[in-house]
Amino acid sequence: MTEVLVLIDAPAGKVTKPSLELLTIARRIGEPSAVVFGQADTSVLAEYGAEKIYTYADSVYEEYLVAPKAEALAALAAEKSPAAVLAPATTEGKEIAARVALKTNSGLITDAVDVTVDGGQITTTQSVFAGNFTVEAQVTQGTPVIAVKPNAATPEQVAGAGAVEAVSFDVPESAKAVKIVSSEPRVSTGRPELTEAAIVVSGGRGTNGDFSEVEALADVLGAAVGASRAAVDSGWKPHSFQVGQTGKVVSPQLYIAAGISGAIQHRAGMQTSKTIVAVNKDEEAPIFELVDFGVVGDLKTVLPQATEEITKRKG
Amino acid sequence: MTKIVVAVKYVPDATADRTFDEADHTVDRENVDGLLSELDEYAVEQALQVVEAGEGEVTVLTVGPADAADAVRKALQMGADAGVHVEDDSIAGSDAFATSLVLAKAIEKLEYDMVFFGMASTDAGMGVVPTLVAERLGLPAVTYASELTVEGDTVKIRRDGDAATQEIEASGKLVVSVTDQTGEARYPSFKGIMAAKKKPVEQWSLADLGIDAGEVGLDNAWTKVLSTTPRPPRTAGEIVTDEGDGGIKLVEFLASKKFV
Ligand SMILES: Cc1cc2nc3c(=O)[nH]c(=O)nc-3n(C[C@H](O)[C@H](O)[C@H](O)COP(=O)(O)OP(=O)(O)OC[C@H]3O[C@@H](n4cnc5c(N)ncnc54)[C@H](O)[C@@H]3O)c2cc1C
Ligand SMILES: Nc1ncnc2c1ncn2[C@@H]1O[C@H](COP(=O)(O)O)[C@@H](O)[C@H]1O
Repeated sequence: MTEVLVLIDAPAGKVTKPSLELLTIARRIGEPSAVVFGQADTSVLAEYGAEKIYTYADSVYEEYLVAPKAEALAALAAEKSPAAVLAPATTEGKEIAARVALKTNSGLITDAVDVTVDGGQITTTQSVFAGNFTVEAQVTQGTPVIAVKPNAATPEQVAGAGAVEAVSFDVPESAKAVKIVSSEPRVSTGRPELTEAAIVVSGGRGTNGDFSEVEALADVLGAAVGASRAAVDSGWKPHSFQVGQTGKVVSPQLYIAAGISGAIQHRAGMQTSKTIVAVNKDEEAPIFELVDFGVVGDLKTVLPQATEEITKRKG
Repeated sequence: MTKIVVAVKYVPDATADRTFDEADHTVDRENVDGLLSELDEYAVEQALQVVEAGEGEVTVLTVGPADAADAVRKALQMGADAGVHVEDDSIAGSDAFATSLVLAKAIEKLEYDMVFFGMASTDAGMGVVPTLVAERLGLPAVTYASELTVEGDTVKIRRDGDAATQEIEASGKLVVSVTDQTGEARYPSFKGIMAAKKKPVEQWSLADLGIDAGEVGLDNAWTKVLSTTPRPPRTAGEIVTDEGDGGIKLVEFLASKKFV
């Protein structure tokens, strides 16, 4: 079986859930080889099926943006001739994937929400035009390089050999041009990750800046909190909370929009959610075109009542 | 004197019903109104601000069909000084690699200090063309700027990544891409609209750039679309008006779906 190179995302050494999903997808194609820049918990990679783990310890990868990792991964891909290269569809992951694809004369697919394999042929599914279309595509040249969105698979625990191989690679000087001067890790909110949560409760301009009702409902549901761009632009929530075209794309089991009108750019980030619920004062709000259940009413009274009722039912 | 090239894309209007050509699965650019990608307006805005803070010139560059001239015109109306429109039938259906090739060759023909991009196009939305152009030109890529400062030939940005907020810096000739967090883009003024009519726009073909038609276009893409399927319409949901029990009804619905 041929190797599949999987670019692992491990901020502060902690392997992300989407990275484990990539290992599971890689297994459908061949033997997963994890590629780690910096530190990462290699035992978890083995637990989720990594046969090999290539590690790059040089600090150069933390000092300069994108290019050094792309050079190293492209060189590894050229040497190993893998069946595919998988990367997380983060901004950095996509940039690395694009450069690796160009350097190895290979086709690139970004933002895959599913990857299937039939007789060795890899087919991807993407969700485009604000989630209004589903596109199936294949790479026709070189090694398929695919950047995959979170939740494209359920991570499966399958023991892999997890053989660690430290790689030393001479990063060309030309790749050391864009300096990372400082890096401030995002502080955890204590709630589930927006892109990984099964339930998301989002607030918009209708919250008028007070997210307490949104957060209280999110907490009784064990949900992540999201926001519209209007709420982010107003400074009520940081950009990392934004759902939509220029924020996060989420696809949870349940999405609750409170005080959000449902502009196309917001829909782009939540339209593929399984069940959609909205609370909005305006019965004409476009968000109601999407919902499975909608309440025309003031979120300031509807959300607290719902929170109280759920608490009561939980006993 | 800072010379900035801004790459802008002409895209189908996101608020219209965007579709695909049924025969070859390319984006339908004929039956849907197009415009300058909203996300590229932010790049034009930032370029104009850099030039206005000192001295310089902004040239907008687009690769696209005849109608893409509209995107160039809008940027000129906003205040850009000159335009370049690369148009060639062979380019239709190009993937990100071919687009980046055409852009890189066009940029090489221009005099520039910096090249600005939007963070992503609003149709393809891959967000990789800036990094690919940089790779082809051998230039540093300072990408996904949420905040941008230019001092001399040094560019500093804030980059809001998925896991961290970073400060990034590079100098010399380089590529920059900006997000919609950089600040509102200006509307063309009446004066700007009138002035735009006299601004020069160059029209280039593949031959002008020394690119062979076999390197671009749908047939030479490194990926192939098998199918495009509209998402099934959502079945109409239940909508209730709050009469004092809206929250309870909401929970009853959630319970019926086993969320509670
Ligand atoms: C290039 C571009 C990219 C964009 N990217 C994004 C993106 O990623 N994400 C995003 O969200 N937007 C994005 N937008 C912005 C988008 O177009 C909308 O402006 C934005 O989504 C509106 O946010 P909102 O629904 O919170 O505010 P509004 O549209 O102002 O809606 C507020 C809603 O709250 C309701 N309301 C008010 N008070 C109450 C109350 N007490 N109780 C209940 N309901 C109430 C109102 O009836 C209204 O429907 C983008 C725009 C552009 C041009
Ligand atoms: N055909 C094009 N002409 C000019 N610029 C483009 C074109 N396609 C993409 N770009 C630029 O590249 C950025 C990212 O595009 P994309 O990688 O397609 O999401 C856009 O915001 C534009 O600045």
